[in-house]
Amino acid sequence: MDEKQKNMLELVAYKIRRHVLEGVFSAGCGHPGGSLSIADILAVLYFDEMHVDPQNPAWADRDRFVLSKGHCAPALYGALAEKGFIPVEDLKTLRKADSYLQGHPDMRKIPGVDMSTGSLGQGICCANGMAIAAKLDQKSYRVYTILGDGELEEGQVWEAAMFAAHHKLDNLTAFIDLNLLQIDGDVRDVMNPMPVDEKFMSFGWNVICVDAHDLTALRGALDQAKACTGKPTVVICKSIKGKGVSFMENEAAWHGMAPNQEQYEKAIAEIDAKINQLSATIA
Amino acid sequence: MADSKKVATREAYGSALKEFGKKYDIVVLDADLSKSTKTDSFKKTYPDRFVNVGIAEANMMSTAAGIASCGKTVFASSFAIFAAGRAFEQVRNSICYANLNVKIGATHAGISVGEDGGSHQAIEDISLMRSIPNMTVINPADSVEARAAVEAAILHDGPVYLRFGRLATPVIYDAENYTFELGKGKQLRDGSDVAIIATGLMVPEALEAADTLAQEGIQARVIDIHTIKPIDKDIIIKAAKETSFIVTAEEHSIIGGLGSAVAEVLCENAPAKLVRIGVQDEFGRSGDPYVLLKEYGLSAENLVRQVKANL
Repeated sequence: MDEKQKNMLELVAYKIRRHVLEGVFSAGCGHPGGSLSIADILAVLYFDEMHVDPQNPAWADRDRFVLSKGHCAPALYGALAEKGFIPVEDLKTLRKADSYLQGHPDMRKIPGVDMSTGSLGQGICCANGMAIAAKLDQKSYRVYTILGDGELEEGQVWEAAMFAAHHKLDNLTAFIDLNLLQIDGDVRDVMNPMPVDEKFMSFGWNVICVDAHDLTALRGALDQAKACTGKPTVVICKSIKGKGVSFMENEAAWHGMAPNQEQYEKAIAEIDAKINQLSATIA
Repeated sequence: MADSKKVATREAYGSALKEFGKKYDIVVLDADLSKSTKTDSFKKTYPDRFVNVGIAEANMMSTAAGIASCGKTVFASSFAIFAAGRAFEQVRNSICYANLNVKIGATHAGISVGEDGGSHQAIEDISLMRSIPNMTVINPADSVEARAAVEAAILHDGPVYLRFGRLATPVIYDAENYTFELGKGKQLRDGSDVAIIATGLMVPEALEAADTLAQEGIQARVIDIHTIKPIDKDIIIKAAKETSFIVTAEEHSIIGGLGSAVAEVLCENAPAKLVRIGVQDEFGRSGDPYVLLKEYGLSAENLVRQVKANL
């Protein structure tokens, strides 16, 4: 990928981060930390990889995306808004009683959401189902999902890991957002899922490890995933929880807390500086 | 009923899947129990549309949701205790919250599982399943009704819980003339002294009880409620108004099942005396199915006794 495309994707990622902050601030609650850490993955998926049509969200041959770590809905909604599935101005209605933007993704209410998620461990199984449906119908669409590292503590994830390898779901790519923090602290202290790479390898997956914020590396991982046949691919993404907002980075407290007015303004200023800088490189 | 033909509803489920697999583009999932749930005949006939998920019921339910989200009608099969119990939250969140076309074929429901014992005898599944929004719950009375229920589930848009038994039970319906209407109870016998509202294998027991009661001059109305949700309010209200009391009969806990569903309708619409026959808030245990059914009061004899005691 050339420098301009890379900067364009990074700009999208920062716009998604801005939407996350606006949405969570407006709602007064939500999950900013893990939403900020997956912004780059979503930017690459929605703007450099997936075949989707905002004018026809139910297009039968579209690529599918499942946010298995459903609590990071603000980031998904940000990506869907940037892509044109939903109006950007609706994002500030997040979690409000009269809004369609539910606290966790709801496929029946939100255009572009392919699966309702929120209960950890279930999304990857749903993604498996979509991948096997493509095989049954001999269709070429691909399925993508993002899981949290804390989510790996759910036993159902490993039922899914066994299933995907057993059924040779090479049209499935799972991303692990390895930000190392969950609500109660460091994942290695709460319930250590390490070594994640060796676990997936032993389950029969094609394993790729990248920096979650390196867009070129994410692009390369997607190319490698497509080139791999007979196995599902997992992209283990070493990420920074709260990425892009200095005081939120690597702080477990920002897993599920909204910023106050002062924190919000500071965070937006940081994000806007980055957006201005990236916009300048593209112009 | 002793000399009538007996077929397990799980057998009817298996053969119906095979039969309707030709007519409809259905996908069948099982969790290593295809020989017991009887989905194996579908597996043999349509191997490309059968997926074994292994012993992983939670995974099966969410996977079924994913397949259904791509426009397919999916049957997910396991024992009732695992389908409704172990995988409850996957059924709720992956399937029902998203309102997807997954039909849960739950076999080995109730204490008539027999020798495997209380750990495997689901007596709470109707209660669990009917409390979930978007879910339809069907508990057929015999193999004829079970076959028809499978097709009705395919034609219904949305999640359906189908409850089947392991035990061969009397066939009460004539396959040639049977019609299934989702959400509509069937009045099998008229009577104005008492109405026995039954579901599943208790329907043939209710018919036998009605015969016995008739010999003693008591006219019992018998109603088969195959669809527990949405329940046929009209047939229940009519029975309450036209008879002196209602007896419900189910192979399920008296908490949350048919008895509760009927009580809800009666309380709000036509208060009437109600006696609930079912498993009385206790677990099952190992034993011959018919011995267990008798001991737990799930028999024509007990229905007769309860009607006479409360008339």
